[in-house]
Amino acid sequence: MSQAVVAKLKSAFAASVLEVKEHRGEVTVTVKKEDIVAICQFLKDEAGYNFLCDLCGVDYLGQQPRFMVVYNLYNITTKERLRVKVAVAEDDASVDTVSTVWATANWPERECWDLMGISFNNHPDLRRILMPADWVGHPLRKDYPLQGPDREPYQGRLS
Amino acid sequence: MAKKETMTINMGPQHPSTHGVLQLVLELDGETVVDAVPHIGFLHRGVEKLAENRSYHRALPLTDRLDYLAPMSNNLGYVLAVEKLLGITDQIPERAKVVRVMMAELTRIKSHLVWLATHALDIGAMTVFLYCFREREQVMDMYEKLSGARMTSNYFRVGGLSLDLPEGFEADVLSFINDMPSHIDTYEGLLTGNKIWQKRTVGVAPISAEDAIDIGLTGPALRGSGVDWDLRRDNPYSGYEDYDFKVITRDGCDTFDRYKNRLDEMRESCKIIHQALDKLQPGPILADVPSVCLPAKKDVVNSIEGLIHQFKIITEGFKPEPGEVYQGIEAPKGELGYYIVSDGSANPFRMKIRPPSFVNLQALPQMVRGKFLADVIAAIGTLDIVLGEIDR
Repeated sequence: MSQAVVAKLKSAFAASVLEVKEHRGEVTVTVKKEDIVAICQFLKDEAGYNFLCDLCGVDYLGQQPRFMVVYNLYNITTKERLRVKVAVAEDDASVDTVSTVWATANWPERECWDLMGISFNNHPDLRRILMPADWVGHPLRKDYPLQGPDREPYQGRLS
Repeated sequence: MAKKETMTINMGPQHPSTHGVLQLVLELDGETVVDAVPHIGFLHRGVEKLAENRSYHRALPLTDRLDYLAPMSNNLGYVLAVEKLLGITDQIPERAKVVRVMMAELTRIKSHLVWLATHALDIGAMTVFLYCFREREQVMDMYEKLSGARMTSNYFRVGGLSLDLPEGFEADVLSFINDMPSHIDTYEGLLTGNKIWQKRTVGVAPISAEDAIDIGLTGPALRGSGVDWDLRRDNPYSGYEDYDFKVITRDGCDTFDRYKNRLDEMRESCKIIHQALDKLQPGPILADVPSVCLPAKKDVVNSIEGLIHQFKIITEGFKPEPGEVYQGIEAPKGELGYYIVSDGSANPFRMKIRPPSFVNLQALPQMVRGKFLADVIAAIGTLDIVLGEIDR
């Protein structure tokens, strides 16, 4: 079923769908960053993905582009999931906000900015959410030390 | 004409009815709330960052510290996600699946009992608190018998369960669920027809179905707005498709209907546990996947192969092939989701948790704007938030 949605998406945004992957029965579509809002709006209006489950950033330190922003969507009518991803470069770590499409996106985007350092253009209220307002750095980045800044590295066993 | 000014006041983070360390900055016009801005993060422990630095088995104890009122639900979501990542979902033994369902539903009852106790206490009905905690204590005792801990259970394992049920456990569960419906009737007797309770809940903190979906409400809070959606039925996991239960939906969109929903959900949970007890058959509790699951203790102490096997898994862990999965479960408070990315190493490359309370709390300002200050307390209660999972 998700494949039908992907086909529909491909016909509407032929140039923007970069990659379609299936792993463990879950479909992931990687799209161009510039069209993310239009694609999300399309998926909501035309494909019925009316529920944004989750939004988060992933840091692939050492790869180009460095970040991925991941949108986990859900269709409450057909009970199906779809994952959309966009690649974000380190030197321009920003994506357009999808909080205009789903109001849910507001806090997860703030969290993504707070912990991963990816900013969201046109976001209504882009402040830190979990860390204190005056915190420096973004803790979930792979190059951020686990024990926090200005501390001796942890000497014990990690895993 | 008198000058009209609004007043800004702080509610929390040290406030008994914010259910933890939630700070609300309220803008008030007399008794009316003009705006409410939640501030969270006081309990942030960096669970996602910690998980990236631990093997999959060792990241499990982090999860029951999220929603500490429903630890086993958190464990369940995590192990299901890792099993999906490994591709061993269909190899989980039947007994393990049934025990998981049984414990998840007991956890739902336990979580809803704390919700009802504190919600009623916040609104001013003290007695209910004492009754609810009396019943909850029984579930806590069962937790302790099963896992050795009252809250930080850490009982499920990737591939099954850590231990089999102790002797007499089924009888405990049976006597608990036989008594539970009459206890729920007692709570209802104290609250449902109570004029004060009705005044404080009917029509309070309303949210329409459309707005609720848009803002991302899930669980009993969403079903209180008439949206018929329950992951246990719609995207079943751990064998929920084999159980017969009703999804409780009401369309009053207010605190009272969400209250009724949760009470009825507890009754449905009792029915599910009854069915689980009927299904419970002796059998293995861990999947036969030696590369993932620890060997039985008797093999570890009696054979060198077993010892090496245990040593390998403890020191190296297991390495799922690169890929990513999302697993959502119907936790007591709503959809609990784990999004795990594997890069082929023994640690999760990225583990994102979707805590239901985090997203549900987002709806709070919308629910209280233009309402009375006293209704903010009811709104926090009806959303059933736990700061442990909001802040992670």
